[in-house]
Amino acid sequence: MTTLNIDHVSRWFGNVVAVNDVTMTIGPGVTGLLGPNGAGKSTLIGMMGGFLAPSTGSVTLDGRPVWRNEQIYRHIGIVPEREGMYDFLTGREFVVANAELHGLGAKEAQRALATVEMEYAQDRKISTYSKGMRQRVKMASALVHEPSLLLLDEPFNGMDPRQRMQLMELLRRMGDEGRTVLFSSHILEEVEQLAWHIEVIVAGRHAASGDFRKIRRLMTDRPHRYLVRSSDDRALAAALIADPSTSGIEVDHTEGALRVQAVDFGRFTTLLPRVAKDHGIRLLTVSPSDESLESVFSYLVAA
Amino acid sequence: MYDPTVARLTYRALLGRRRALILGILPALLIVISVLVRALSGTDDQTASDLLGGFGLATMVPIIGVIAGTGAIGPEIDDGSVVYLLAKPVKRPTIILTKLFVAIAVTMAFSALPMMISGLILNGNGQQVAVAYTVAALVASIAYAAMFLLLGTVSRHAVIFGLVYALVWEALFGSLVSGARTLSVQQWALAVAKKVTDSDLVTSDVSLTTGTVLLVVVTVATTWYAGQKLRALTLAGEE
Ligand SMILES: Nc1ncnc2c1ncn2[C@@H]1O[C@H](COP(=O)(O)OP(=O)(O)O)[C@@H](O)[C@H]1O
Ligand SMILES: [Mg+2]
Repeated sequence: MTTLNIDHVSRWFGNVVAVNDVTMTIGPGVTGLLGPNGAGKSTLIGMMGGFLAPSTGSVTLDGRPVWRNEQIYRHIGIVPEREGMYDFLTGREFVVANAELHGLGAKEAQRALATVEMEYAQDRKISTYSKGMRQRVKMASALVHEPSLLLLDEPFNGMDPRQRMQLMELLRRMGDEGRTVLFSSHILEEVEQLAWHIEVIVAGRHAASGDFRKIRRLMTDRPHRYLVRSSDDRALAAALIADPSTSGIEVDHTEGALRVQAVDFGRFTTLLPRVAKDHGIRLLTVSPSDESLESVFSYLVAA
Repeated sequence: MYDPTVARLTYRALLGRRRALILGILPALLIVISVLVRALSGTDDQTASDLLGGFGLATMVPIIGVIAGTGAIGPEIDDGSVVYLLAKPVKRPTIILTKLFVAIAVTMAFSALPMMISGLILNGNGQQVAVAYTVAALVASIAYAAMFLLLGTVSRHAVIFGLVYALVWEALFGSLVSGARTLSVQQWALAVAKKVTDSDLVTSDVSLTTGTVLLVVVTVATTWYAGQKLRALTLAGEE
Protein backbone atom coordinates (compact mmCIF):
# COMPACT_ATOMS: atom_id res chain seq x y z
CA MET A 1 0.00 0.00 0.00
CA THR A 2 1.53 3.24 -1.09
CA THR A 3 -0.01 6.56 -0.25
CA LEU A 4 1.16 9.91 -1.52
CA ASN A 5 0.33 12.78 0.77
CA ILE A 6 0.16 16.32 -0.50
CA ASP A 7 -0.20 18.59 2.47
CA HIS A 8 -1.04 22.28 1.99
CA VAL A 9 1.30 22.52 -0.96
CA SER A 10 1.83 25.77 -2.83
CA ARG A 11 4.34 26.64 -5.47
CA TRP A 12 4.96 29.97 -7.06
CA PHE A 13 7.30 31.15 -9.79
CA GLY A 14 8.02 34.81 -9.15
CA ASN A 15 4.58 36.37 -9.10
CA VAL A 16 2.81 33.44 -10.71
CA VAL A 17 1.10 31.11 -8.28
CA ALA A 18 1.13 27.80 -10.13
CA VAL A 19 -0.21 25.63 -7.30
CA ASN A 20 -2.23 27.19 -4.52
CA ASP A 21 -2.60 25.44 -1.15
CA VAL A 22 -3.45 21.97 -2.44
CA THR A 23 -4.08 19.12 -0.05
CA MET A 24 -4.86 15.65 -1.34
CA THR A 25 -4.11 12.03 -0.68
CA ILE A 26 -3.42 9.68 -3.56
CA GLY A 27 -3.91 6.02 -2.70
CA PRO A 28 -3.68 2.73 -4.61
CA GLY A 29 -5.56 2.48 -7.89
CA VAL A 30 -5.72 4.84 -10.83
CA THR A 31 -6.22 8.53 -10.09
CA GLY A 32 -6.72 11.13 -12.80
CA LEU A 33 -5.46 14.68 -12.29
CA LEU A 34 -7.80 16.73 -14.43
CA GLY A 35 -7.49 20.39 -15.31
CA PRO A 36 -7.24 22.79 -18.24
CA ASN A 37 -3.89 23.84 -19.67
CA GLY A 38 -1.93 25.99 -17.27
CA ALA A 39 -3.88 24.73 -14.26
CA GLY A 40 -0.75 23.61 -12.46
CA LYS A 41 -0.86 19.87 -13.17
CA SER A 42 2.75 19.59 -14.31
CA THR A 43 3.92 21.73 -11.41
CA LEU A 44 2.05 19.51 -8.97
CA ILE A 45 3.40 16.32 -10.56
CA GLY A 46 6.89 17.87 -10.47
CA MET A 47 6.53 18.27 -6.72
CA MET A 48 5.08 14.77 -6.33
CA GLY A 49 8.09 13.38 -8.17
CA GLY A 50 10.67 15.35 -6.21
CA PHE A 51 11.78 17.55 -9.09
CA LEU A 52 10.47 20.75 -7.71
CA ALA A 53 10.50 22.02 -4.14
CA PRO A 54 7.14 23.15 -2.78
CA SER A 55 7.26 26.83 -1.82
CA THR A 56 5.22 25.84 1.23
CA GLY A 57 3.73 22.57 2.41
CA SER A 58 5.08 19.06 2.05
CA VAL A 59 4.87 16.01 -0.18
CA THR A 60 5.47 12.64 1.46
CA LEU A 61 5.29 9.06 0.27
CA ASP A 62 4.23 6.77 3.11
CA GLY A 63 5.60 9.36 5.49
CA ARG A 64 8.95 9.87 3.77
CA PRO A 65 9.77 13.20 2.16
CA VAL A 66 10.05 13.19 -1.62
CA TRP A 67 12.14 16.32 -2.14
CA ARG A 68 15.91 15.82 -1.95
CA ASN A 69 15.58 12.14 -1.22
CA GLU A 70 16.95 10.08 -4.08
CA GLN A 71 16.32 6.79 -2.27
CA ILE A 72 12.60 7.42 -2.72
CA TYR A 73 13.01 6.59 -6.42
CA ARG A 74 13.22 2.93 -5.52
CA HIS A 75 9.44 3.25 -5.14
CA ILE A 76 8.56 5.82 -7.79
CA GLY A 77 8.36 5.47 -11.55
CA ILE A 78 8.09 8.65 -13.60
CA VAL A 79 6.84 9.18 -17.13
CA PRO A 80 7.67 12.80 -17.95
CA GLU A 81 5.74 14.88 -20.43
CA ARG A 82 8.83 16.16 -22.17
CA GLU A 83 10.26 14.30 -25.12
CA GLY A 84 13.98 14.45 -24.36
CA MET A 85 15.19 10.88 -23.87
CA TYR A 86 18.65 10.09 -25.28
CA ASP A 87 17.51 9.77 -28.88
CA PHE A 88 20.87 8.36 -29.93
CA LEU A 89 20.21 5.14 -28.02
CA THR A 90 18.05 2.24 -29.13
CA GLY A 91 14.93 1.57 -27.11
CA ARG A 92 16.58 -1.43 -25.52
CA GLU A 93 19.77 0.46 -24.62
CA PHE A 94 17.66 3.18 -23.04
CA VAL A 95 15.64 0.82 -20.88
CA VAL A 96 18.73 -1.19 -19.92
CA ALA A 97 20.46 2.03 -18.83
CA ASN A 98 17.45 2.89 -16.69
CA ALA A 99 17.49 -0.59 -15.18
CA GLU A 100 21.20 -0.34 -14.41
CA LEU A 101 20.70 2.96 -12.64
CA HIS A 102 18.34 1.06 -10.34
CA GLY A 103 20.98 -1.62 -9.79
CA LEU A 104 19.09 -4.01 -12.08
CA GLY A 105 20.02 -5.45 -15.44
CA ALA A 106 19.09 -6.59 -18.91
CA LYS A 107 16.62 -9.17 -17.64
CA GLU A 108 14.39 -6.61 -15.92
CA ALA A 109 14.73 -4.28 -18.90
CA GLN A 110 13.56 -7.02 -21.24
CA ARG A 111 10.57 -7.75 -19.07
CA ALA A 112 9.59 -4.08 -19.02
CA LEU A 113 9.91 -3.87 -22.80
CA ALA A 114 7.67 -6.91 -23.09
CA THR A 115 5.12 -5.32 -20.77
CA VAL A 116 4.75 -2.32 -23.08
CA GLU A 117 4.95 -4.49 -26.21
CA MET A 118 7.97 -2.75 -27.63
CA GLU A 119 10.22 -5.74 -28.17
CA TYR A 120 9.61 -5.63 -31.90
CA ALA A 121 11.25 -2.22 -32.20
CA GLN A 122 13.68 -2.37 -29.30
CA ASP A 123 16.78 -2.35 -31.49
CA ARG A 124 15.83 0.74 -33.42
CA LYS A 125 17.15 4.16 -32.46
CA ILE A 126 14.73 6.15 -30.33
CA SER A 127 15.09 9.01 -32.81
CA THR A 128 13.15 6.89 -35.34
CA TYR A 129 10.22 6.22 -32.98
CA SER A 130 6.73 7.62 -33.28
CA LYS A 131 5.25 9.57 -30.40
CA GLY A 132 3.36 6.52 -29.16
CA MET A 133 6.45 4.33 -29.30
CA ARG A 134 8.46 6.88 -27.37
CA GLN A 135 5.71 7.01 -24.79
CA ARG A 136 5.78 3.24 -24.39
CA VAL A 137 9.56 3.15 -24.02
CA LYS A 138 9.33 5.90 -21.41
CA MET A 139 6.74 3.73 -19.72
CA ALA A 140 9.09 0.73 -19.81
CA SER A 141 11.87 2.82 -18.27
CA ALA A 142 9.51 3.81 -15.46
CA LEU A 143 8.45 0.20 -14.84
CA VAL A 144 11.81 -1.61 -14.74
CA HIS A 145 11.99 -1.54 -10.96
CA GLU A 146 8.30 -2.34 -10.40
CA PRO A 147 7.54 0.89 -8.56
CA SER A 148 4.59 1.13 -6.21
CA LEU A 149 3.88 4.70 -7.34
CA LEU A 150 3.67 5.65 -10.99
CA LEU A 151 3.42 9.30 -12.04
CA LEU A 152 2.54 10.18 -15.64
CA ASP A 153 2.24 13.72 -17.00
CA GLU A 154 -0.16 13.92 -19.97
CA PRO A 155 0.68 10.38 -21.09
CA PHE A 156 -1.94 10.25 -23.86
CA ASN A 157 -0.90 13.43 -25.65
CA GLY A 158 -0.27 12.77 -29.30
CA MET A 159 -1.20 9.08 -29.15
CA ASP A 160 -3.43 7.48 -31.72
CA PRO A 161 -6.61 5.74 -30.47
CA ARG A 162 -5.09 2.27 -30.54
CA GLN A 163 -2.00 3.31 -28.59
CA ARG A 164 -4.25 5.15 -26.17
CA MET A 165 -6.29 1.98 -25.59
CA GLN A 166 -3.16 -0.07 -25.01
CA LEU A 167 -1.75 2.37 -22.49
CA MET A 168 -5.07 2.65 -20.69
CA GLU A 169 -5.23 -1.10 -20.41
CA LEU A 170 -1.71 -1.21 -19.02
CA LEU A 171 -2.40 1.50 -16.45
CA ARG A 172 -5.64 -0.20 -15.44
CA ARG A 173 -3.68 -3.39 -14.87
CA MET A 174 -1.15 -1.53 -12.73
CA GLY A 175 -3.99 -0.13 -10.66
CA ASP A 176 -5.56 -3.58 -10.30
CA GLU A 177 -2.25 -4.87 -9.01
CA GLY A 178 -2.56 -2.42 -6.14
CA ARG A 179 -0.09 0.16 -7.40
CA THR A 180 -0.74 3.84 -6.97
CA VAL A 181 -1.04 5.33 -10.45
CA LEU A 182 -1.53 9.03 -11.06
CA PHE A 183 -1.84 10.58 -14.49
CA SER A 184 -2.69 14.09 -15.61
CA SER A 185 -4.89 15.12 -18.50
CA HIS A 186 -6.88 18.09 -19.72
CA ILE A 187 -9.46 15.87 -21.40
CA LEU A 188 -12.47 14.85 -19.32
CA GLU A 189 -13.37 11.80 -21.42
CA GLU A 190 -9.85 10.42 -21.08
CA VAL A 191 -9.95 10.69 -17.33
CA GLU A 192 -13.48 9.29 -17.14
CA GLN A 193 -12.52 6.21 -19.10
CA LEU A 194 -9.57 5.32 -16.95
CA ALA A 195 -9.57 6.86 -13.51
CA TRP A 196 -11.27 5.35 -10.51
CA HIS A 197 -10.84 8.59 -8.76
CA ILE A 198 -10.52 12.12 -10.12
CA GLU A 199 -8.83 15.17 -8.68
CA VAL A 200 -9.70 18.39 -10.46
CA ILE A 201 -7.31 21.30 -10.39
CA VAL A 202 -8.12 24.70 -11.87
CA ALA A 203 -5.97 27.81 -11.75
CA GLY A 204 -3.70 26.20 -9.18
CA ARG A 205 -6.53 25.30 -6.83
CA HIS A 206 -7.92 21.94 -5.88
CA ALA A 207 -11.42 22.37 -7.32
CA ALA A 208 -13.09 19.00 -6.87
CA SER A 209 -12.44 15.42 -5.93
CA GLY A 210 -14.41 12.22 -6.37
CA ASP A 211 -15.35 9.44 -8.76
CA PHE A 212 -16.26 10.28 -12.33
CA ARG A 213 -20.00 10.25 -11.68
CA LYS A 214 -19.62 12.94 -9.07
CA ILE A 215 -17.34 15.02 -11.26
CA ARG A 216 -19.60 14.58 -14.29
CA ARG A 217 -22.59 15.68 -12.22
CA LEU A 218 -20.72 18.73 -10.97
CA MET A 219 -19.93 19.63 -14.52
CA THR A 220 -23.34 19.07 -16.12
CA ASP A 221 -25.64 20.39 -13.39
CA ARG A 222 -25.03 23.95 -14.31
CA PRO A 223 -26.73 26.49 -16.55
CA HIS A 224 -26.01 25.89 -20.20
CA ARG A 225 -25.55 28.84 -22.45
CA TYR A 226 -26.41 28.88 -26.11
CA LEU A 227 -25.94 31.31 -28.91
CA VAL A 228 -29.02 31.24 -31.16
CA ARG A 229 -29.57 32.96 -34.51
CA SER A 230 -32.95 32.80 -36.17
CA SER A 231 -35.13 34.46 -38.74
CA ASP A 232 -36.93 36.38 -35.96
CA ASP A 233 -34.90 36.70 -32.77
CA ARG A 234 -37.43 38.88 -30.94
CA ALA A 235 -40.39 36.58 -31.43
CA LEU A 236 -38.24 33.56 -30.50
CA ALA A 237 -37.04 35.28 -27.33
CA ALA A 238 -40.58 36.05 -26.26
CA ALA A 239 -41.69 32.49 -26.82
CA LEU A 240 -38.73 30.89 -25.08
CA ILE A 241 -38.81 33.01 -21.95
CA ALA A 242 -42.33 31.78 -21.24
CA ASP A 243 -40.93 28.30 -20.58
CA PRO A 244 -39.43 27.47 -17.16
CA SER A 245 -36.46 25.63 -18.69
CA THR A 246 -35.16 28.98 -19.89
CA SER A 247 -33.68 31.08 -17.13
CA GLY A 248 -32.44 34.04 -19.11
CA ILE A 249 -32.32 35.55 -22.56
CA GLU A 250 -30.57 38.58 -23.88
CA VAL A 251 -30.35 40.02 -27.34
CA ASP A 252 -26.77 40.45 -28.39
CA HIS A 253 -26.86 43.24 -30.96
CA THR A 254 -23.22 43.08 -31.92
CA GLU A 255 -23.45 39.37 -32.65
CA GLY A 256 -26.95 39.70 -34.08
CA ALA A 257 -28.02 36.75 -31.99
CA LEU A 258 -29.75 35.63 -28.79
CA ARG A 259 -27.87 34.50 -25.74
CA VAL A 260 -30.01 31.92 -23.99
CA GLN A 261 -29.34 30.41 -20.60
CA ALA A 262 -31.09 27.11 -19.95
CA VAL A 263 -31.35 25.42 -16.59
CA ASP A 264 -32.89 22.20 -17.80
CA PHE A 265 -30.67 20.98 -20.55
CA GLY A 266 -32.84 18.01 -21.66
CA ARG A 267 -36.07 19.98 -21.76
CA PHE A 268 -34.54 22.94 -23.53
CA THR A 269 -33.16 20.87 -26.40
CA THR A 270 -36.66 19.62 -27.27
CA LEU A 271 -38.32 22.96 -26.53
CA LEU A 272 -36.26 25.09 -28.87
CA PRO A 273 -37.08 23.37 -32.19
CA ARG A 274 -40.76 22.96 -31.22
CA VAL A 275 -41.19 26.63 -30.31
CA ALA A 276 -39.48 27.67 -33.52
CA LYS A 277 -41.72 25.44 -35.59
CA ASP A 278 -44.91 26.61 -33.82
CA HIS A 279 -44.07 30.24 -34.50
CA GLY A 280 -42.83 29.72 -38.02
CA ILE A 281 -39.32 30.86 -37.08
CA ARG A 282 -36.34 29.44 -38.89
CA LEU A 283 -33.33 28.55 -36.69
CA LEU A 284 -30.09 29.58 -38.36
CA THR A 285 -27.49 28.64 -35.73
CA VAL A 286 -27.66 27.03 -32.35
CA SER A 287 -24.32 26.65 -30.67
CA PRO A 288 -23.33 26.10 -27.07
CA SER A 289 -21.42 29.24 -26.21
CA ASP A 290 -19.54 27.96 -23.19
CA GLU A 291 -18.85 24.32 -23.79
CA SER A 292 -15.12 24.75 -23.75
CA LEU A 293 -13.52 22.83 -20.93
CA GLU A 294 -12.12 26.05 -19.51
CA SER A 295 -15.56 27.50 -18.92
CA VAL A 296 -16.79 24.25 -17.44
CA PHE A 297 -13.85 24.34 -15.09
CA SER A 298 -14.30 27.95 -14.14
CA TYR A 299 -17.89 27.16 -13.29
CA LEU A 300 -16.62 24.40 -11.03
CA VAL A 301 -14.24 26.69 -9.23
CA ALA A 302 -16.82 29.40 -8.78
CA ALA A 303 -19.24 26.87 -7.26
CA MET B 1 31.55 8.05 -6.70
CA TYR B 2 31.54 6.73 -10.24
CA ASP B 3 28.59 5.24 -12.07
CA PRO B 4 29.46 3.30 -15.23
CA THR B 5 25.98 3.77 -16.72
CA VAL B 6 26.09 7.54 -16.29
CA ALA B 7 29.59 7.48 -17.82
CA ARG B 8 28.44 5.44 -20.81
CA LEU B 9 25.51 7.75 -21.52
CA THR B 10 27.76 10.79 -21.20
CA TYR B 11 30.45 9.40 -23.51
CA ARG B 12 27.87 8.53 -26.12
CA ALA B 13 26.31 11.97 -25.92
CA LEU B 14 29.71 13.68 -26.15
CA LEU B 15 31.15 11.53 -28.88
CA GLY B 16 28.06 11.47 -31.06
CA ARG B 17 28.89 12.16 -34.66
CA ARG B 18 28.27 15.90 -34.76
CA ARG B 19 29.87 16.80 -31.46
CA ALA B 20 32.89 14.61 -32.16
CA LEU B 21 33.36 16.47 -35.43
CA ILE B 22 33.25 19.82 -33.64
CA LEU B 23 35.68 18.52 -31.03
CA GLY B 24 38.04 17.44 -33.78
CA ILE B 25 38.20 20.69 -35.74
CA LEU B 26 40.69 22.66 -33.62
CA PRO B 27 43.03 19.73 -32.93
CA ALA B 28 43.10 18.98 -36.65
CA LEU B 29 43.80 22.64 -37.34
CA LEU B 30 46.68 22.69 -34.86
CA ILE B 31 48.25 19.65 -36.47
CA VAL B 32 47.81 21.04 -39.98
CA ILE B 33 49.38 24.35 -38.99
CA SER B 34 52.25 22.49 -37.33
CA VAL B 35 52.91 20.52 -40.50
CA LEU B 36 52.88 23.71 -42.56
CA VAL B 37 55.16 25.61 -40.18
CA ARG B 38 57.58 22.73 -40.08
CA ALA B 39 57.59 22.44 -43.86
CA LEU B 40 57.98 26.16 -44.49
CA SER B 41 60.41 27.22 -41.77
CA GLY B 42 61.97 24.07 -40.39
CA THR B 43 62.34 23.35 -36.68
CA ASP B 44 62.57 26.18 -34.23
CA ASP B 45 62.04 25.78 -30.50
CA GLN B 46 60.69 29.30 -30.01
CA THR B 47 58.22 28.93 -32.88
CA ALA B 48 57.10 25.60 -31.50
CA SER B 49 56.53 27.11 -28.07
CA ASP B 50 54.69 30.12 -29.52
CA LEU B 51 52.31 27.99 -31.54
CA LEU B 52 51.61 25.44 -28.83
CA GLY B 53 51.18 28.17 -26.23
CA GLY B 54 49.46 30.84 -28.30
CA PHE B 55 47.05 28.66 -30.21
CA GLY B 56 47.10 25.28 -28.47
CA LEU B 57 46.94 26.20 -24.81
CA ALA B 58 45.35 29.66 -25.09
CA THR B 59 42.62 28.80 -27.59
CA MET B 60 42.24 25.12 -28.39
CA VAL B 61 42.29 23.67 -24.87
CA PRO B 62 39.70 26.04 -23.34
CA ILE B 63 37.38 25.62 -26.32
CA ILE B 64 37.62 21.83 -26.15
CA GLY B 65 36.97 22.23 -22.43
CA VAL B 66 33.84 24.29 -23.13
CA ILE B 67 32.46 21.78 -25.60
CA ALA B 68 33.18 18.73 -23.44
CA GLY B 69 32.42 20.31 -20.05
CA THR B 70 29.11 21.93 -20.93
CA GLY B 71 28.22 19.11 -23.31
CA ALA B 72 28.56 16.53 -20.54
CA ILE B 73 25.40 17.80 -18.87
CA GLY B 74 23.93 20.91 -20.52
CA PRO B 75 21.98 19.25 -23.33
CA GLU B 76 20.42 16.76 -20.93
CA ILE B 77 19.20 19.55 -18.72
CA ASP B 78 17.96 21.52 -21.73
CA ASP B 79 15.92 18.70 -23.26
CA GLY B 80 14.79 17.31 -19.91
CA SER B 81 16.34 13.88 -20.36
CA VAL B 82 18.35 14.39 -17.17
CA VAL B 83 15.13 13.32 -15.43
CA TYR B 84 16.03 9.74 -16.20
CA LEU B 85 19.25 10.12 -14.23
CA LEU B 86 17.75 12.12 -11.41
CA ALA B 87 14.75 9.83 -10.85
CA LYS B 88 17.05 7.09 -9.69
CA PRO B 89 18.50 6.08 -6.33
CA VAL B 90 21.88 7.44 -7.42
CA LYS B 91 23.56 10.16 -5.40
CA ARG B 92 23.67 13.48 -7.22
CA PRO B 93 27.37 14.04 -6.43
CA THR B 94 28.07 10.66 -8.02
CA ILE B 95 26.37 11.85 -11.20
CA ILE B 96 28.44 15.04 -11.22
CA LEU B 97 31.74 13.29 -10.44
CA THR B 98 31.13 10.73 -13.16
CA LYS B 99 30.32 13.42 -15.68
CA LEU B 100 33.39 15.37 -14.57
CA PHE B 101 35.53 12.30 -15.09
CA VAL B 102 34.17 11.81 -18.60
CA ALA B 103 34.52 15.50 -19.47
CA ILE B 104 38.14 15.48 -18.26
CA ALA B 105 38.95 12.35 -20.23
CA VAL B 106 37.42 13.74 -23.42
CA THR B 107 39.08 17.14 -23.00
CA MET B 108 42.44 15.49 -22.38
CA ALA B 109 42.08 13.19 -25.36
CA PHE B 110 41.15 15.99 -27.72
CA SER B 111 43.69 18.51 -26.42
CA ALA B 112 46.74 16.78 -24.94
CA LEU B 113 47.09 14.23 -27.71
CA PRO B 114 47.12 16.76 -30.58
CA MET B 115 49.41 18.95 -28.48
CA MET B 116 51.94 16.12 -28.25
CA ILE B 117 51.66 15.26 -31.92
CA SER B 118 52.07 18.90 -32.95
CA GLY B 119 55.02 19.33 -30.62
CA LEU B 120 56.76 16.34 -32.12
CA ILE B 121 56.08 17.63 -35.63
CA LEU B 122 57.28 21.15 -34.81
CA ASN B 123 60.60 20.44 -33.14
CA GLY B 124 60.71 16.79 -32.16
CA ASN B 125 60.21 17.63 -28.49
CA GLY B 126 63.40 19.71 -28.43
CA GLN B 127 63.97 21.20 -24.95
CA GLN B 128 60.96 19.18 -23.81
CA VAL B 129 58.60 21.72 -25.38
CA ALA B 130 56.13 19.12 -26.62
CA VAL B 131 56.01 17.30 -23.30
CA ALA B 132 55.73 20.56 -21.36
CA TYR B 133 52.71 21.76 -23.33
CA THR B 134 51.16 18.32 -23.25
CA VAL B 135 51.39 18.36 -19.47
CA ALA B 136 49.94 21.88 -19.47
CA ALA B 137 47.04 20.67 -21.60
CA LEU B 138 46.43 17.71 -19.27
CA VAL B 139 46.43 19.93 -16.22
CA ALA B 140 44.28 22.62 -17.81
CA SER B 141 41.81 19.95 -19.02
CA ILE B 142 40.96 19.09 -15.44
CA ALA B 143 40.20 22.65 -14.37
CA TYR B 144 38.37 23.58 -17.59
CA ALA B 145 36.23 20.47 -17.52
CA ALA B 146 35.22 21.19 -13.92
CA MET B 147 34.47 24.88 -14.55
CA PHE B 148 32.46 24.29 -17.67
CA LEU B 149 30.60 21.34 -16.20
CA LEU B 150 29.39 23.71 -13.51
CA LEU B 151 28.49 26.27 -16.15
CA GLY B 152 26.53 23.61 -18.06
CA THR B 153 24.67 22.75 -14.86
CA VAL B 154 23.62 26.29 -14.00
CA SER B 155 23.08 28.00 -17.33
CA ARG B 156 21.11 27.35 -20.46
CA HIS B 157 23.57 29.51 -22.34
CA ALA B 158 26.62 27.69 -21.06
CA VAL B 159 28.30 27.33 -24.43
CA ILE B 160 28.11 31.07 -25.14
CA PHE B 161 29.37 32.05 -21.70
CA GLY B 162 32.06 29.40 -21.93
CA LEU B 163 33.28 30.59 -25.31
CA VAL B 164 33.30 34.19 -24.12
CA TYR B 165 35.41 33.16 -21.16
CA ALA B 166 37.72 31.06 -23.28
CA LEU B 167 38.21 33.60 -26.04
CA VAL B 168 37.89 36.93 -24.30
CA TRP B 169 39.33 36.19 -20.88
CA GLU B 170 41.90 33.51 -21.56
CA ALA B 171 43.06 34.44 -25.03
CA LEU B 172 42.62 38.19 -25.20
CA PHE B 173 42.14 39.84 -21.85
CA GLY B 174 44.65 37.54 -20.22
CA SER B 175 47.39 38.64 -22.54
CA LEU B 176 46.67 42.33 -22.00
CA VAL B 177 45.79 42.76 -18.35
CA SER B 178 48.15 41.31 -15.81
CA GLY B 179 45.49 40.93 -13.11
CA ALA B 180 43.50 38.66 -15.35
CA ARG B 181 46.57 36.56 -15.85
CA THR B 182 46.77 35.48 -12.26
CA LEU B 183 43.21 34.26 -12.47
CA SER B 184 43.69 32.26 -15.62
CA VAL B 185 43.73 28.50 -15.93
CA GLN B 186 46.18 28.96 -18.77
CA GLN B 187 48.77 30.63 -16.50
CA TRP B 188 48.35 27.97 -13.83
CA ALA B 189 48.91 25.27 -16.40
CA LEU B 190 51.93 27.16 -17.75
CA ALA B 191 53.41 27.25 -14.25
CA VAL B 192 53.28 23.46 -14.25
CA ALA B 193 54.62 23.26 -17.80
CA LYS B 194 57.53 25.52 -16.92
CA LYS B 195 58.58 22.99 -14.32
CA VAL B 196 58.73 20.29 -17.00
CA THR B 197 60.95 22.07 -19.49
CA ASP B 198 64.24 23.34 -18.18
CA SER B 199 64.35 26.30 -20.55
CA ASP B 200 62.96 29.84 -20.68
CA LEU B 201 60.71 28.95 -23.56
CA VAL B 202 57.75 28.55 -21.25
CA THR B 203 56.85 31.39 -18.91
CA SER B 204 54.06 31.87 -16.43
CA ASP B 205 52.88 34.83 -14.38
CA VAL B 206 52.28 32.68 -11.35
CA SER B 207 54.53 30.45 -9.28
CA LEU B 208 54.22 26.70 -9.38
CA THR B 209 52.74 26.67 -5.88
CA THR B 210 50.16 29.34 -6.63
CA GLY B 211 49.26 27.67 -9.90
CA THR B 212 48.85 24.23 -8.36
CA VAL B 213 46.85 25.47 -5.40
CA LEU B 214 44.51 27.51 -7.61
CA LEU B 215 44.03 24.57 -10.00
CA VAL B 216 43.04 22.29 -7.15
CA VAL B 217 40.85 24.88 -5.45
CA VAL B 218 38.96 25.77 -8.62
CA THR B 219 38.45 22.13 -9.60
CA VAL B 220 37.21 21.07 -6.19
CA ALA B 221 35.07 24.14 -5.57
CA THR B 222 33.32 24.12 -8.96
CA THR B 223 32.67 20.38 -8.75
CA TRP B 224 31.26 20.63 -5.25
CA TYR B 225 29.03 23.51 -6.27
CA ALA B 226 27.82 21.68 -9.37
CA GLY B 227 26.83 18.75 -7.13
CA GLN B 228 24.86 21.12 -4.91
CA LYS B 229 23.17 22.69 -7.93
CA LEU B 230 22.19 19.32 -9.28
CA ARG B 231 20.72 18.29 -5.94
CA ALA B 232 18.44 21.29 -6.03
CA LEU B 233 17.88 21.29 -9.76
CA THR B 234 14.39 22.41 -10.63
CA LEU B 235 13.13 20.99 -13.85
CA ALA B 236 11.16 23.72 -15.48
CA GLY B 237 8.36 23.03 -17.90
CA GLU B 238 8.69 23.17 -21.63
CA GLU B 239 8.74 26.92 -22.08
N1 LIG C 1 9.29 27.24 -14.52
C1 LIG C 1 8.27 28.08 -14.54
N2 LIG C 1 8.48 29.41 -14.47
C2 LIG C 1 7.46 30.28 -14.45
N3 LIG C 1 6.16 29.92 -14.52
C3 LIG C 1 5.87 28.62 -14.61
C4 LIG C 1 6.91 27.63 -14.63
N4 LIG C 1 6.32 26.41 -14.72
C5 LIG C 1 4.99 26.64 -14.76
N5 LIG C 1 4.71 27.96 -14.69
C6 LIG C 1 3.37 28.57 -14.69
O1 LIG C 1 2.59 27.90 -13.74
C7 LIG C 1 1.29 27.68 -14.22
C8 LIG C 1 0.97 26.20 -14.21
O2 LIG C 1 1.73 25.54 -15.20
P1 LIG C 1 1.71 23.98 -15.39
O3 LIG C 1 1.95 23.32 -14.08
O4 LIG C 1 2.66 23.65 -16.48
O5 LIG C 1 0.22 23.70 -15.85
P2 LIG C 1 -0.42 22.45 -16.61
O6 LIG C 1 0.57 21.33 -16.57
O7 LIG C 1 -1.66 22.15 -15.86
O8 LIG C 1 -0.70 22.89 -18.00
C9 LIG C 1 1.23 28.31 -15.59
O9 LIG C 1 0.70 29.59 -15.46
C10 LIG C 1 2.67 28.37 -16.01
O10 LIG C 1 2.90 29.44 -16.88
MG1 LIG D 1 1.39 20.24 -18.12
